[in-house]
Amino acid sequence: MWSAILSPDFFSAILRSATPILFATLAAGIAAKSGITNMALEGILLFSALFGVIFSSLTQSAWLGLIITVVIGGLIGLVLAFFILNLKTDEILAAIAINLAATGGTVLIMLYFSGDRGVSSSIRSFATPTVTIPLIDKIPFIGEVLSGQNALTWLALLAVIVMHLFLYKTPMGLSIRAVGENKNAAESVGISSRKVQYIALIISGALAAMGGFFLSGGYMNMFTKDMAGGRGYIALAASSMGGNTPVGGFLVSLLFGAAQALANIMQLTSVMPYEIILMVPYLTTLVGLGIYYYSQKRKKERLSGK
Amino acid sequence: MSSAKKFEVIRTVFAVLVALAISFVIIFFVSEQPVEAIKQLLTGPLSSKRNFGNVLESMVPLIFTGTGVCIMFSANQINLASEGAFHVGGLIATCVAINMTTRFMSPICAMVCAGIVGAIFTAIPAIMKITTSAPELVSSLMINYLALYFGNYMLNNVIGDPKASAASYVLSDASKLPVLIDGTRVHLGFVIAILVAVLGYIFLYRTKIGYELRLTGENGEFAKYSGINIVKVILVSQLVGGFIAGLGGGVEMLSPIYQRFTWTALLGYGWDAIVICTLAKNNPLYTPFAAFFLAYLRTGASIMSRRTDVTLEIVQITQGIIIMLVVAEQFLSRYKHKMIAKEAKAALKEEEVA
Repeated sequence: MWSAILSPDFFSAILRSATPILFATLAAGIAAKSGITNMALEGILLFSALFGVIFSSLTQSAWLGLIITVVIGGLIGLVLAFFILNLKTDEILAAIAINLAATGGTVLIMLYFSGDRGVSSSIRSFATPTVTIPLIDKIPFIGEVLSGQNALTWLALLAVIVMHLFLYKTPMGLSIRAVGENKNAAESVGISSRKVQYIALIISGALAAMGGFFLSGGYMNMFTKDMAGGRGYIALAASSMGGNTPVGGFLVSLLFGAAQALANIMQLTSVMPYEIILMVPYLTTLVGLGIYYYSQKRKKERLSGK
Repeated sequence: MSSAKKFEVIRTVFAVLVALAISFVIIFFVSEQPVEAIKQLLTGPLSSKRNFGNVLESMVPLIFTGTGVCIMFSANQINLASEGAFHVGGLIATCVAINMTTRFMSPICAMVCAGIVGAIFTAIPAIMKITTSAPELVSSLMINYLALYFGNYMLNNVIGDPKASAASYVLSDASKLPVLIDGTRVHLGFVIAILVAVLGYIFLYRTKIGYELRLTGENGEFAKYSGINIVKVILVSQLVGGFIAGLGGGVEMLSPIYQRFTWTALLGYGWDAIVICTLAKNNPLYTPFAAFFLAYLRTGASIMSRRTDVTLEIVQITQGIIIMLVVAEQFLSRYKHKMIAKEAKAALKEEEVA
């Protein structure tokens, strides 16, 4: 088993399983930075996994499908923002509503398009291509890990850098963080908190949509019912453990990717019953969450001199 | 009735009607025979005694998780572990019911065990919140998946019947809850559910701890400074809520609907409970009515999906829209202002006359 874990294949599998979680974690991060818990990620992942299959098949192009899916993801973010900010809906309940609609809606739409309730295999879907970058693939080990990854995995890694620059080096990023820190203080210096939160949620929806697209057009090549499998919720945990920063979220997503990849390997070696192994990612999250918040709490207590 | 309360009722009814209207539009889009589908959805449950019995029997789990979540949410703890509590409740009830064959004692033991395990289950996010301040929302979402996979493990390795596929051994006859109405599957659990809703109401609105619980939910800081033990309130609310959700899982398992444990996926009653709570305004006394509405819609949808080309899942969309509209504070707020202004004017006039 150890030789399997230390091989480049395993690290490559980590990146692959981390990709959808990473997109969703970045999405959770930017929403949280603007002061909103975006629990609707699960529903957005699910919707965009299905729309990815449908639109890439309708347009006969993975990239066009991706663009349309991302636009729809942004629109779902917009709807969520409208309900939270204009109609003053509780953000958690609004998200639960979207997730419920996604669970039922995806089955309804899939049945309409493919005539099947469980999987979309009758629709020919188009996956984004794999990418090998010339010089990097010559580096030993790292080259093997990175080569042949899906274009969306590369995009996810790029998104970490872009989101970091966006949040910490642009005026808009500053506004988002200011609104999240203290809405009233931000308003007092002339920032429209509503506009900023709208933008944050639209970006959040669009990012999650890329993760959803990857689920059905990279990780797998079809849509299956409930395929988000709690990744949207894991992303919420990952993001808060990473301090809601893009880089922190990236590191924690890798941890979850590792747990998932490990679960996949152990499933083959049959050391333990596979149901117990499937628990690993969720258990890791739970324990990680406890440790992270406990250390934060201790830090706060130390600072306040208790 | 005060105008604010009257407004709440009108708004809820209006939200439900809008949600139904949107669902009908969707049906018109996806169906070849939309009129027939809508007719089946609305009148199907009334078409036979058996169908109406289905409505009553599917109310039972909804009342349990609805009441449990009402109590948990009243303390402003967004603990979503009732989904998992229901699952482990059903699992433990199965373990007891397979092995115990004593009359009366078997179902009672199974239900009590289910409740206790449910309580322990929902207490885990609460204890994590108290000791480490980890948000109960996220930890409860994670723990639900642990419940699911633990249930699958037990089913495949411990209680699974090798002669059946993905099903446990048959539950002993002595453990089953008796049927109340001939020709249907309406069982004793229905009575227990109504009783739990009433007891939940008494607990929340007629006891000291219930008052402390609601006060903490409305304003945690205020409750703290008026000397309420917040830790105790959080723990008690989550334990009681989890007990009821777990009990619900147990009762559902012992009902005539099941002969064996066959849950290989989470059933979603924890999420449905949130619809029930929004409709019942967190008051357990109203949960049976909200559950009736949802159960009616479900039964109608399942009849519709059997007789026409529209799937059952349309109901989840309706549920989502209902939550959105009922919780949206600004929905119909202009109308509310008008109503309050009208009442104020009337009160002013009365004063002038006096």
